[in-house]
Amino acid sequence: MVRSKCGRLWNINLTPERCLEQLVREDRGRLMAALVSRLRDMQRAEDALQEAMASALVHWGRNGLPASPKAWLLQVAWRKALDRIRRGGTEQRGLADLLIRADEVQDAGEDIPDHRLRLIFTCCHPALEAKSRVALTLRTVCGLTTGQIAQVFLDAEPTMGQRLSRAKAKIAGAGIAYQVPGPEAWGERLHSVLTVVYLIFTAGYTAGPVDGRNLCEEAIFLVRLVNGLRPDEAEIEGALALLLITHSRRAARVDELGITVPLARQNRRRWDLRMLSEGRGWLDKAIARRASGPFQIKAAIASLASVESGPTDWPQIAGLYQGLLRWEPTPVVRLNLAVAMAEAGDLDRALDLLHLIGPDMQDYQPFHAAVADLLARSGQGQAAREAYDRAIAMATHSGDARFLIERRAALPD
Amino acid sequence: MKYMLTLYAAPGAEPAPGTPEFDAMMEEYMKLGEGIPGVVTFLAGEGLLPVETATTVRKRTGKVETMDGPFAETREHLGGFYLIEAVDLDAALRFAAEIPAARYGSVEVRPVMEY
Repeated sequence: MVRSKCGRLWNINLTPERCLEQLVREDRGRLMAALVSRLRDMQRAEDALQEAMASALVHWGRNGLPASPKAWLLQVAWRKALDRIRRGGTEQRGLADLLIRADEVQDAGEDIPDHRLRLIFTCCHPALEAKSRVALTLRTVCGLTTGQIAQVFLDAEPTMGQRLSRAKAKIAGAGIAYQVPGPEAWGERLHSVLTVVYLIFTAGYTAGPVDGRNLCEEAIFLVRLVNGLRPDEAEIEGALALLLITHSRRAARVDELGITVPLARQNRRRWDLRMLSEGRGWLDKAIARRASGPFQIKAAIASLASVESGPTDWPQIAGLYQGLLRWEPTPVVRLNLAVAMAEAGDLDRALDLLHLIGPDMQDYQPFHAAVADLLARSGQGQAAREAYDRAIAMATHSGDARFLIERRAALPD
Repeated sequence: MKYMLTLYAAPGAEPAPGTPEFDAMMEEYMKLGEGIPGVVTFLAGEGLLPVETATTVRKRTGKVETMDGPFAETREHLGGFYLIEAVDLDAALRFAAEIPAARYGSVEVRPVMEY
């Protein structure tokens, strides 16, 4: 084994195909970011990279691997893009000259400057639909294929392809700038980025691995990347903490039979304690910055919920949800507050709160599961049974459904 | 880039003329003419008379059809527009958010087609 030209350790006999595959997996985001920053057009960048990869297979197979495959790909993609633009007609030729001139200023030679933060902020722009932000980030920064993203959303591949094209066309057409926002918009735009990361993470929990790509890990990769490119930001650290703490419990979330195990009954020996403590470390750092925000609060809740031994501090969790309401006054946060209040012993007020948000929550499965649980605890067996039936019928994950079926069966007659 | 900003609001949603709120709002509209230094230049902007004054025209098979009222029956009506030059969408959105109509109605931001 020698140090790879492709990035990681590789076998000396690595084929061009394998090398390219590995390179694209690890560096697609960086290459795309570099290309978009030169070409100012995401579709153009993607087409150019695609062509360069096809060309790499031919050339590397014939002449062996170049000294720096990454730089080679970037150079070739750049030239392909310029060729295409030149072939496009007179005004396009002017554009090519313009791009070359602009490029001379920022040509960094071997060392590809990391423009991924710009790329991420562009993909997560609030002027795009939330689903498109998630899809575009997975495609452009994480390098998932359109087919893989379609699987995540249970969409047909052509439908997802159209969604991605529409999003890229809007970025180009509406003049969404390819840049990291300035201080006047930073807070709001960062929140949008972190929300996309979190949506990718939760999609990982619902969809499971897709073609060997684990979305939870992609989300952690993304937030680590953002944290590395923009260090010392409390909310980024809070988001990283939230993801690590939640993910540290992944092995204990379902039992051998695939049935969902609630936190209180999880086998703590199956938690990833190293990941848990890394998450808590980031949370401590974030809190010390004294710049509160929703991701830090959620991370603090996740941390309190993950006690290794002894009782869970539910009154404090309820207090944190109360604080989260200031940032996110949503029925979902109120639902979580109600559950925490019930756990803290205030069953009556919890049921009142559920009653209050009921009209907004009829289509939300976790609401019915929570109502069922609280009714069961307050001894209202018949009403609990009805709520369990609704929750079971609406469950999207078979492990969840089986957990609820067991709970329903355990109700006293 | 050039952007067209169209202002929509339900009739009666804005402060009534003669109230101090109305005067404050008009002052805000006046200030918008200055754009945002460095990122947004004001090119043009007008307010429209109420939708009751609208007439819609269609020409079908050479025949002109005239109709009393707006093109689309919606709760929120087009009440005015701005044409601006902005460095990017973010700048245009920033300008849009300062238009009083964004508070009591909505503002649609559209890039202008370049020929």
